[in-house]
Amino acid sequence: MSTVAVRTSPRRRGAGLGLVAWLLGIVFFLPIAWMALTSFHSESDAATNPPSFGAALTLDGYREFFGTGGGASPWPALVNSAVASVGSTVLVLLLALPAAYALSIRPVKKWTDVLFFFLSTKMLPVVAGLLPIYLFAKNTGMLDNIWLLVILYTSMNLPIAVWMMQSFLAEVPAAVIEAAQIDGARLPTILARVVAPIALPGIAATALICFIFSWNELLFARVLTGVVAETAPVFLTGFITSQGLFLAKVCAASLVISLPVLAAGFAAQDKLVQGLSLGAVK
Amino acid sequence: MSATTTAPITATPVRMTRRPSARLRAWSTRGPLLPALVFMIVVTQLPFVATVVISFFDWNALYPKARHFTGVDNYQQVLTDADLRHSVWTTILLTVTVVLVSLVLGMVLALLLDRRFRGRGFVRTLLIAPFLVVPVAAALLWKHVLYNPEYGLLNGLLHYVGGPQPDWISTTPLLAVEASLIWQWTPFMMLILLAGLQSRDSQQLEAARVDGANDWQIFRHLTLPHLRRYLELGALLGSIYIVQNFDAVFTITSGGLGTANLPYTVYQSFYQAHENGLASAAGVLVVIGSIIIATFALRVVSSLFREEVSRA
Repeated sequence: MSTVAVRTSPRRRGAGLGLVAWLLGIVFFLPIAWMALTSFHSESDAATNPPSFGAALTLDGYREFFGTGGGASPWPALVNSAVASVGSTVLVLLLALPAAYALSIRPVKKWTDVLFFFLSTKMLPVVAGLLPIYLFAKNTGMLDNIWLLVILYTSMNLPIAVWMMQSFLAEVPAAVIEAAQIDGARLPTILARVVAPIALPGIAATALICFIFSWNELLFARVLTGVVAETAPVFLTGFITSQGLFLAKVCAASLVISLPVLAAGFAAQDKLVQGLSLGAVK
Repeated sequence: MSATTTAPITATPVRMTRRPSARLRAWSTRGPLLPALVFMIVVTQLPFVATVVISFFDWNALYPKARHFTGVDNYQQVLTDADLRHSVWTTILLTVTVVLVSLVLGMVLALLLDRRFRGRGFVRTLLIAPFLVVPVAAALLWKHVLYNPEYGLLNGLLHYVGGPQPDWISTTPLLAVEASLIWQWTPFMMLILLAGLQSRDSQQLEAARVDGANDWQIFRHLTLPHLRRYLELGALLGSIYIVQNFDAVFTITSGGLGTANLPYTVYQSFYQAHENGLASAAGVLVVIGSIIIATFALRVVSSLFREEVSRA
């Protein structure tokens, strides 16, 4: 750090840039902080100009959102979202784990081609198959059925999961597996005792990222569900047109529905890049 | 695993002699892959083939009996329709603006976060948060809580400095959608670029400093060339996601005021107008656009991937 040509001392400039980073961090977080604060205000305090920062706090927004004020209860939508997200994540893991095994630990011939086939399906836009899927669902009575979303979200996340898990399983050294085989360990033992401990954090991160994408999805859910299988994002679209004083309620709803994603995202923070870049960046 | 080093190597051939036939072995290797592969082909490839087929039919869902083959008429209609052509342009404008601005902002943030300072981990967490808000919720937040002309936060803050009180969504609809997307996607770009910065060769940087290179020279001649592929990757992955964006357009403007992009138009033309043939033709065009981006994206991913494999 001993540069000759700098005018200000590196230490002071470092502190200055740190301050800039703090400032930008706060600016980016401000809308979320304001949303959280507004959700605890009364409706009349939420809709003022200039904004009332120090208004009294209340849980009315949350009471309104959870339907105790007479509106539609969000619980069915939250349960549907949980079923669709958890269900599809479990199915993704069941399909992706063996596939990743066959692409890393005991690779098939031309395994890179197979890997890239999975990736290419991810680049096919959702609208490419939306209409036939809608017609199929309509003709088979699967419309407004949460299990249809489970299947579709599985196909949406499977390529990401295969890519991520392939890269995590490839981190298990081949020599360790061979050594265990020489010791006479059978496949289930090797998977449980050798592969799992090394790959488990990666598998958990994969699951969390798949959960986030399923929980967030709107287009499929909007087109393919109605009153029965409606998910949380579809429930939120009910707030698109203004309904008088409803700001605190909107904020409470947005925050509650985002909480699972925020929690999952922070839990998977270290592996987030790897998942989002489909395993290309570590 | 302590026994592994002492295990006699000669034990291997003995076990190997009882190997099943080659064909059975090949299938036992392929076996675990098949469920995932078959699932993907059935759920993603078949519907796309159906879309291509439907795109050659004149088919309005309200008049199913009148369905008939029309060849490339739908494509002609899509490409000559003023609204649809406008939505192609909107899609391009939206994608390019959001990707470029988030890349530049993401780069600034990544460079700042690459330095050591007090509370770095916390600031990183603050910056990631916008990406972890459910997209519809984020769009609602911008539409009602920030943009609202009467009581939105933006005009509230402007009020303090005696500024104007514009109606953001009506006066600059596309910009309003773009700003909310930039807010959500900058953290994504930042994360990718930060990973790129942290994979730089520290010895090379040290050597450059010893040779008297200043910060700008190091950035221009070492960091930027190294980051090139990370920038490409961020741009391409961002494009793939934002070309497909539906949530923000649907929530903030409901496709009005000239902000309807292709995914919204496809949704509208079959969900509201019941024009199955036209919707499919527009869908196929979105796919062709995506394939062009995806070809480049796959090339970048595969070059990074080869590097990883050869390094391992």
